[in-house]
Amino acid sequence: MSDRFELRGLVWPTLMLLVMAGCGGGDGGGGGGDAGGGAAMEDPVDAATAGNIAGSIVFEGDAPSMAVIDMSQESVCADKHSSTPMIQEVVVNSNGTLANVFVYVKEGLESLQFPTPGAVVLDQNGCVYLPHVLGVMVGQDITIRNSDGLMHNINASPTVNRPFNISQPVSMEIPRSFGTAEIMVPLRCNVHGWMNAYVGVVDHPKHSVSNGSGAFSLSTLPPGDYVIEAWHERYGTQTQNVTVTTGETTEVTFTFSAS
Amino acid sequence: MMAARPMALVVFFVASAVMAVGDLSAQDGDDLGEATYVRWCAGCHGVDGTGNGPGAEYMLPRPRDFTLALYQIRTTANGALPTDDDILAIIDRGMPGTTMPGWENLLSDDEKEALVEYLKSFSRFFTPDEVPQPLDFGGATRVNADVLAEGEAQYQALECWRCHGNEGRGDGESSPTLTDDVLDFPIRAADLTENWLFNGGGEVEDIHRRMLTGLDGTPMPTQADLITAGIIDEDQLWALAHYVRSLSPDDPPGITEVVRGVLFEDAPLPSSVNDEAWLDVERTYLPLVGQIIVSPRWFDPRVDGVWVQAAHDGESVAVRVSWSDPNNSPDPEWADWKSQVISLMQPKEGDPQDEGPTPDQLMVQFPMQMPEGMEMPFFLRGDDSRPVYLWQWQSDRDGALEGEARGVGTEAFQSEGENLTVDASHADGEWQVMFTRRLVTDDEADLDFVTGEAIPMALFAWDGDNGESGARGAVSSWYFLFLEEATPATVYVYPALAMLLTFLLGILVVRGAQKREREGGEVVSETAI
Repeated sequence: MSDRFELRGLVWPTLMLLVMAGCGGGDGGGGGGDAGGGAAMEDPVDAATAGNIAGSIVFEGDAPSMAVIDMSQESVCADKHSSTPMIQEVVVNSNGTLANVFVYVKEGLESLQFPTPGAVVLDQNGCVYLPHVLGVMVGQDITIRNSDGLMHNINASPTVNRPFNISQPVSMEIPRSFGTAEIMVPLRCNVHGWMNAYVGVVDHPKHSVSNGSGAFSLSTLPPGDYVIEAWHERYGTQTQNVTVTTGETTEVTFTFSAS
Repeated sequence: MMAARPMALVVFFVASAVMAVGDLSAQDGDDLGEATYVRWCAGCHGVDGTGNGPGAEYMLPRPRDFTLALYQIRTTANGALPTDDDILAIIDRGMPGTTMPGWENLLSDDEKEALVEYLKSFSRFFTPDEVPQPLDFGGATRVNADVLAEGEAQYQALECWRCHGNEGRGDGESSPTLTDDVLDFPIRAADLTENWLFNGGGEVEDIHRRMLTGLDGTPMPTQADLITAGIIDEDQLWALAHYVRSLSPDDPPGITEVVRGVLFEDAPLPSSVNDEAWLDVERTYLPLVGQIIVSPRWFDPRVDGVWVQAAHDGESVAVRVSWSDPNNSPDPEWADWKSQVISLMQPKEGDPQDEGPTPDQLMVQFPMQMPEGMEMPFFLRGDDSRPVYLWQWQSDRDGALEGEARGVGTEAFQSEGENLTVDASHADGEWQVMFTRRLVTDDEADLDFVTGEAIPMALFAWDGDNGESGARGAVSSWYFLFLEEATPATVYVYPALAMLLTFLLGILVVRGAQKREREGGEVVSETAI
């Protein structure tokens, strides 16, 4: 596998740690409290009674072939890839699962207010976005990082939120966040036409992206009934009704088919 | 402004094609804003404000979709809503370089004010309690050579050349792949050498604003975060703005009818397109517009004007034409751009297929014979009674062709025995093409160039990778080439003679007056007696 997966492998646990850290609070308060008090707000989920959702994204059919990215004019980036960089629209893992599927709680958490987790990193490294699909909570900072030291612009074209298009001609970081839930916000770099990413913005931190083995997890949910949605940039969305029970991990499998 | 005139023709054409829609629906709206919008704006922007009016598919970029509240030209931060004054300013000035005309003197203040409110009503983003605040841009710094050098260094450091090219002609390596954010249609990196076509105005303050706010909905990002992050300071951003401003002439080119062909009496004519002798020859800007007279019409010409220089030495005439074109067509890097432009701009013109690789072309047109009086051939390749004589160059062929035409599609070119030579070069987003021909030839179909007279001249240009060939290209109306006359020796003799005669006459007059005074004095004294 190319190093982009290794790099994403770093970001992914980081994201999970952040999510876990956010869920580490003790007793669950009610849904009340002011929306702005991120730091002071306690996690509303009682870990003692919570359950989890875990699962994987199965892919059926023949994996479509993705175009090779021609980085020949950008040697700084080309040199960062140990294998030929490919367009990441459809990434089928070696175990027949699908990566880069955004999974989140669509219904069932409306009454709870969560503290805003700390910043997550969206890196530009090797002229690709790491990760290619990213989930954040409303108001959560995204640290947009340029690790390439050459010109990238980061052009977000949401329809619910307001757009931004920022310039990063050198290695640097710029924070940005979105104020309203939106599935999904497309990002792209106009300088490098192949570079794109998607950000899922939800009202809570219960979201996940399927990884290099197709797995995702939504941890520390209050027991109850939920609607879980899985989104993929080519294959669209699917939903499932899932019941979470205390102390249990409910297994959920979504299946996307080559169309 | 000069370049606005030909663009206005295109706008008028499109507007007149769609005006009927506005007329019919105008009676429905008793609200002034809606009535004004439906009457004047809906033809392009659509009755529902989504930018899908009947005229929209003749335009690239397409008209603004007001439901998204995505405004390129603002005084507010990147991604922010525009102020009312921002919207009003665009209505007044229009968007130079696009089909959006200015309405400053065409709509009343009441109409414009109502229009602003109506435009905002298309989008849920505008709410009464959120009033967009303009940024503080500060005042322009002074400009001098050091500032321009700093600006050029920033142009390199911030990698503006990625899209705008080394010399700013919109020919950067990313330029073939640029698309807008809403429709994903091809969008050009601005040609920074033509500030009169900048969407938001061409002065240094305008440029500085665009760099701080970005152009929302386009690939142009804001540079504001670079100041926040300490990558550059405010003076450096101003220096960059001054540098970009310096890439265009101090004053926008005015409309000139006549290209002066400078007489090289002692020096030899320029021998090549890059001959330094051209640096001293004055250049004249001639605006070009899309060919929209015959089918298939073309509403998206790449070449919006050419710079023309001419010189002669009494034996031969040399004409150099320079224009911005991001690449030397055909170029595989631009193949996607080309097919997209053709499919977007040709749907109603029939025959929309991509004809394979097409070169860049330039054609210079003269009447076949010098016209008597004002009877010039039809500007578009002449007609049966008044044929035209043509010079033709294209990027995928050595040498130039001479030809004649009696109307579009009748062009016929000689394959040999030509009296015309050509030299061409493409560098940093600019074509320079030099034709040389003897003033007088043996061929009856060739125009004999005369000095001291206005010779009608028109130009046509094609960017092959912008989907242009045949009737799909850019055209000019008739202009004139005036070859300076050699100064005859008598010019120097007659003034001297005249001075001598004046001197002699003067002496005679003075002497006569003195004599009369003496005689008159006697008379006076006699009278007094």
